[in-house]
Amino acid sequence: MLFDALFLQLGYNATLVAVGATLLGAASGITGTFLFLRKRALVSDAVSHATLPGICVAFLILVGLGGEGRNLAALLVGSAVSAGIGLWCMNWLTRNTRLAEDAAIGAVLSVFFGFGVVLLTVIQTLGSGRQAGLEGFLLGSTAGMLYSDALVIAGGGAAVLVMILLARRPMTLVAFDPEYAAARGLSVSRIDMLMMALVMAVTVVGLKVVGLILIVALLIIPPVTARFWTERADQVVILSGILGAVAAYLGAALSASAPNLPTGPIIVLMSFALFALSLLVAPNRGVLAAVLRHRRFQRRVHLRQGLLALAQAQTIYEPLTLRLLARAGLVRADGVATRAGRARAAKALRDERRWEILRRDQAQEAAAALYDGLREIETVLTPDQIAEIDGKIVPAREAH
Amino acid sequence: MQLSLASQNGQSAAEAGLSSSPLCIRGLTVSYGEKPAVFSVDMTVVAGQMTAIIGPNGAGKSTLLKAALGIVPPLSGRVQVFGRPLDHQRARIAYVPQRASVDWDFPTRVIDVVMMGLYRDLGLLGRIRGSHRQIARDCLDRVGMHEFSERQIGQLSGGQQQRVFLARALAQGADLYLLDEPFAGVDAATEKAIISVLKDLRAEGKTVVAVHHDLATVRDYFDNVFLINTRKVAEGPVDEAFTAETLQAAYGGRLATAQVDQIATTA
Repeated sequence: MLFDALFLQLGYNATLVAVGATLLGAASGITGTFLFLRKRALVSDAVSHATLPGICVAFLILVGLGGEGRNLAALLVGSAVSAGIGLWCMNWLTRNTRLAEDAAIGAVLSVFFGFGVVLLTVIQTLGSGRQAGLEGFLLGSTAGMLYSDALVIAGGGAAVLVMILLARRPMTLVAFDPEYAAARGLSVSRIDMLMMALVMAVTVVGLKVVGLILIVALLIIPPVTARFWTERADQVVILSGILGAVAAYLGAALSASAPNLPTGPIIVLMSFALFALSLLVAPNRGVLAAVLRHRRFQRRVHLRQGLLALAQAQTIYEPLTLRLLARAGLVRADGVATRAGRARAAKALRDERRWEILRRDQAQEAAAALYDGLREIETVLTPDQIAEIDGKIVPAREAH
Repeated sequence: MQLSLASQNGQSAAEAGLSSSPLCIRGLTVSYGEKPAVFSVDMTVVAGQMTAIIGPNGAGKSTLLKAALGIVPPLSGRVQVFGRPLDHQRARIAYVPQRASVDWDFPTRVIDVVMMGLYRDLGLLGRIRGSHRQIARDCLDRVGMHEFSERQIGQLSGGQQQRVFLARALAQGADLYLLDEPFAGVDAATEKAIISVLKDLRAEGKTVVAVHHDLATVRDYFDNVFLINTRKVAEGPVDEAFTAETLQAAYGGRLATAQVDQIATTA
């Protein structure tokens, strides 16, 4: 069953959902990257929650005009309008009051969502059957997805991607260094507004598939995941789009493979799985890599300290140090230095003296700045320079 | 030529001469909330020289610079760059912000940051060409950061970060350089590298304005000083404007008299 789903063999609706979700995943992953780089991830959560009253009001207007109330395009326009009002409220609150952005986000998110839920309840009392489908906007509902719905996603997603292609440089510049961007004559507020408009577009387009509560996950998890794998903003953007598409495709296929599996939440879980995997195994930024790096560094420190202790005939009490020295064949089981251990210890002490002289030399300031107690002096100085320093060690000792 | 222009505009010849200055500020007031950070400041930067903006903490030094660049909106006042409104002259100004003003864990490499200086040349859709990369590498070379071009910016020391910011400004090929505390918290090697680049710029006829905090090096580094403590305290060549009286006026009780005398008399 899952195999069939993965290869789009589960019929018309499942295929439609899978294609639509994949496009949405790519568009939201790419758009979300700029939000993430600008450190305004949570704004998108407020924007998405602020769509609910708009959906309900649009529905009420349609019904009031004697219509059917389930015209998707009209509902999406309504959601965009109220998301826009929510965004404007947030900007106004942060700019004209002493409220910080997080407080403004919390206020707008909860008030708009609360108002939306009240309207939803009112609509439910209106009459039979008419409200059907509106709750679907909360968590997404793909059961009755139409070809036109997929077209809306494809069209909206394509428009968003074109805008991002045009605005990627200014948006990256503003995300990294807004002051410098302003000094170059860019309007930071306008570029931020464009970014939020794109986020709004993705949110509105994605309401049908994942719903307004979970759309934030599609915007934020892919870029955070992509960040684990690369140090370049342009690569984060592309990788985030790919990760978003993969998660959405897998999620849609999985939810189609069994009855009653909700598409949106499954997509979010897939996205989280990719995130968890990256968190663990990514090179450099991953948790495992960090632990290994720390352990390796700790071993170097212990070995160095152990060698210096040996050279000065001090007793080593630290069990880890002794174990590391023994494993390297530098001390015997009873803690006495081997021949190799004595040689290495003497070298460690001599290097320490060399560093001391180097650090006193004003002319060698740049090299001396590299001293951290671990660095081998040969990586900083040429053999000739070391010989020159050694020349200075001996007379200093004779003077004693 | 200048005289005829001035008479057309009904200005005096002196006024016309002033306004062709690289940076001419008149009556600038900037306020955060209801407390002015900069109050009614006039400033005329001398072309082809190095000017230090000096004053105690919170005196409005950085704010003056930011307002001159339109980064923070002024409450009142007028800014002219090379005799024309700021927005017509953006391409001729390079700004070096405080290094603490950005997040250095941002996913980008050193060369990408320098290439941000070429933003105007690249346009919205232009492809990055070899010639652009070459300019960026040359600029990194000038600040002694050539071998760091492929590094992630998070791996740099504070001094190296500052030099990358300077390289980005160099890439713009501007005529006026505005720097916000370029020597704050950097190592001695970086300070030497930066001052030598700035002096090279001056030798090329460029104009340099820097917010500066180290009174001991003012005489060595700069031609002119601009002392500010919310209001302008003094402006002019170092020998005339950087004196015991002006320092006392700018810093008040924050500098011991002995300290002031020592700095002001060090020739």
